Amino acid sequence: MQRLLNIDRRIIFAAVGLAVIASLIIKFSLPVPASPPVQRIYDKIESLPVGAHLLISFDYDPSSKEELQPMALALLHHSFRKGLKVIGMTHNPSGTGLAEQAMNSVASLYQKKYKEDYVFLGYKPGGASLIMNMGEDIHTAFLKDFYGNDTTMLPALEGVESLKDIDYLIDLAAGVTIETWIAFGKEKYQFEMGAGCTAVIGPDMYPYLDSRQINGLMAGLKGAAEYETLAECKAQAFKGMLPQSVTHCLVVLFVLFGNVVFFISGGFRSKRRQSR
Amino acid sequence: MINMKNKSIDFWILTGTLSLFALVNLLFFLLGRLSFSWEGIGTMIAAGLTLAIYSFLYKDNPTFKVVENLYVGVALGYTVIITWFNALKPDLYDPLLVPLFTGKHAQYLLLVPMFLGIFMLLRFTRRLVWLSRLTFAFVIGLGAGVTIPNYIHTFILKQLEPSMRPVFYGGETLLPSINTLLILLGVISVLIYFFFSVEHKGPVGWLSRIGIWFLMISFGASFGYTVMGRMSLLIGRVIFLMRDWLGVIQ
Repeated sequence: MQRLLNIDRRIIFAAVGLAVIASLIIKFSLPVPASPPVQRIYDKIESLPVGAHLLISFDYDPSSKEELQPMALALLHHSFRKGLKVIGMTHNPSGTGLAEQAMNSVASLYQKKYKEDYVFLGYKPGGASLIMNMGEDIHTAFLKDFYGNDTTMLPALEGVESLKDIDYLIDLAAGVTIETWIAFGKEKYQFEMGAGCTAVIGPDMYPYLDSRQINGLMAGLKGAAEYETLAECKAQAFKGMLPQSVTHCLVVLFVLFGNVVFFISGGFRSKRRQSR
Repeated sequence: MINMKNKSIDFWILTGTLSLFALVNLLFFLLGRLSFSWEGIGTMIAAGLTLAIYSFLYKDNPTFKVVENLYVGVALGYTVIITWFNALKPDLYDPLLVPLFTGKHAQYLLLVPMFLGIFMLLRFTRRLVWLSRLTFAFVIGLGAGVTIPNYIHTFILKQLEPSMRPVFYGGETLLPSINTLLILLGVISVLIYFFFSVEHKGPVGWLSRIGIWFLMISFGASFGYTVMGRMSLLIGRVIFLMRDWLGVIQ
């Protein structure tokens, strides 16, 4: 029994790895219904008129790419299909490459032109002060876009002087930027905002959903897969939900196994004796 | 003796894995599975780096260490370049320094933030360290002034609203009302659990026990989300390896 309680952790890693590989090779399907917080982001974008301005803040880097890049791609598919003017930016210097790649690759599928249909403002340091600067004048916050173009000359930014002129903002975050956007942007300049985040910070974001400081939330790969389903562009996140479900079942089994063996071996009684 | 034997096994595992990786890539290039272009070579390097990072799951090893340091170095180098081209060049170099040396109209007001920034770096000198205090005083003063009212409004006053909503709305279903009651119960019971001025006996004890249950459920939810997040990262890399590198799946 003691041997079962001290299994080499590498056996568990191997089991999880095999479960992921097997569930990617074996063909089966599971439904991915959209949850209300994800549905609300979709509905908001769906309700925007053609030519409305959507600002996406790509606040993540390659270490969170697997969760947030599928979200960004699905959002961009939906936005370009709807004919929205997309404005991209990032608070994370390591995120510029991913944001640029996502915007250009999806825009080319819908024959969208840079400067006219979408712009990428790039990275600026500052966090809260950058947001407040954008709230006063977006052109002084970003004098030039990522490619060095004067932001006052970009047709896609026509009619956008500050954050107040943005029709909808979505922050895709792997850190604290959602809170920063809410505190220094949304509450101060009164625009509607949604958010996408990694699963790890997902539970911390639900209070903002409840207080209606954000209108919708996509948390982790599941949130991305739900949005892909809604936007009818099933891709990596949707594919990832099969191994996700299988590995979750495996983790539950491991937890149950560990607890059953712990109780059978009398570990619970000896622990209680020690605590006395 | 056992330690030496283990080291020898580890050496052969490392050498074998690297040889196998080289052989597989050579085969892929010869068979045309990977094109001999920047994209093909990039895919090969990305696959190698992914496997090197995951090799830590077996044991800490030199390959993992090399790749770990490479990641830190590349990330820092990339950040420096992006900060120069996205922030320093358009916001300081072009409007202030270039006109100063070409005789054009310069934005002299930018001298203030430029010197404040330079002062911050003077913490490394003993004689001029006092100048860095000016910058810190400015940053802390501005930061506190801007942050405190915004934080109180956003994270305290606005967060109190959900626990103060009416339980029964006209025309709403029963579920939102139950949610409102649960939020109220959660807030009160957890606050009582952390209230140590009264002994946790009787009704206070019962409420604090309910608070513990709320805390346990929230820890469980956080753990569940963390498992999902970590699995997502693994799944993403496995999809990359199987689709882009090995070509086993579509």
